[in-house]
Amino acid sequence: MHELQVTSRILDIALRHADGHQVSRIAVIHLRIGALSDLEDEWLQRYFDYLSRGTLAEKARLAIERMPIVVRCDGCSRSFEVEKPALDAVACPGCGGPRCQLISGREYVVANMEVV
Amino acid sequence: MDEVRLIQIAEDIHADNDLAARALRSRLDDEKVFLVNLMSAPGSGKTRTILRTIAELQASLRFGVIEADIDSKVDAEAVAAEGISAVQINTGGFCHLDATMVTQGLDQLELADLDVVVIENVGNLVCPAEFDTGAIKKVMILSVPEGDDKPLKYPLMFSVCDVLLVNKIDYLELSDFDMQKLRERVRKLNPEIEIFELSAKTGQGVGEWAGWLSREAKSFLGC
Repeated sequence: MHELQVTSRILDIALRHADGHQVSRIAVIHLRIGALSDLEDEWLQRYFDYLSRGTLAEKARLAIERMPIVVRCDGCSRSFEVEKPALDAVACPGCGGPRCQLISGREYVVANMEVV
Repeated sequence: MDEVRLIQIAEDIHADNDLAARALRSRLDDEKVFLVNLMSAPGSGKTRTILRTIAELQASLRFGVIEADIDSKVDAEAVAAEGISAVQINTGGFCHLDATMVTQGLDQLELADLDVVVIENVGNLVCPAEFDTGAIKKVMILSVPEGDDKPLKYPLMFSVCDVLLVNKIDYLELSDFDMQKLRERVRKLNPEIEIFELSAKTGQGVGEWAGWLSREAKSFLGC
C-alpha cells in the first residue's frame, strides 16, 4: 500500500549511486524484498515508471528477488524456512519445538543495478 | 552497443528511516519521554482505548497524544476535548507514520511537561508494521468483531508488536470469536507478546493493561 514511498526511495538510491559513474542510462535495478512484505511487484514497477520519467532510470526494469522467511528455533537453535501461510503453525523440523524467532523475511534492499 | 556495467549498491530502503528512529529513541532517552506506537485497523477503538487508559493513569503520569490521520482532525479533537495535550499529523495520503513525521509531531508538544506520549497511528494493519517510528514500545489492538483469523492475514503486525490488546470483549457473547485460538495463533508468530483482553467501552480489563503500561513507563523514566 505504500509502494509510492518505497519506490521513491529506490529511485533516490539508484540515482545517487549513478552519480559520478558516467551512467547514460539505468537498465535494471535488482531488489531483494522479504516475503513478509505485502508490496506488489506490478505496482512497484508502475509507480517506478511514473516517478522515473525524465531521469536516468526512465524505462528501467525492477528485478525483484523475494527473500524467504527464515526463523530460528528457541529450543535447538536450528534455522529453517517457513512459507507465509504456514507461519501460524510453525514447528521445528529438528526438535518439534513450537517457539521460533524471525531471522529474515523483512528485507528491503537495493542490491545492485545494471547501467549503460 | 554500449557496455552494460554492474554497480553494487547493497543499500537498505528503510536505512534513512531506521536512522531517524534510532536518533529519536536516543533523544527520548535523554528527555525522559516514554513513546508508545499504537496501531490497529480502522474502527478497532484506538481513540477510546487511549482515553480510557489515560483516565486510569493520569494521577501518576502526564500524557500527550500524537494523532495521525490521512486527512481529518476528528480524533485529535476528541482527545483535546478531554484536556489532553494532542497534536494532529495529517499524513497527506500516506498509509502510515515514519520516524521523521513522529519527530515533527513531538516537536509540537511540550515534552518537558510529559511522561508518556501515545502515537495513534493510521488505521491500517499492513503498512505501519513496516516502519519504525522511534517508539519505545509497539502496541496493537485487535477488536473482537474483526475476527480471530487476523494473525493469519497480517502476520507482520502481530510479529513486531510488544503488546496485543484484544478490545471489545463485551461483544464476545454475540460472536464466534475463539479467544484460545487467537492466543495460539498470535503466540506462534510472537512468543514474547503480552496479551490483554479488555473493553474500552465498559472499562473491563483496562486496569491490567494500564498497570503494565505504568510499570514499563516508570521503569523507563526511572521513577
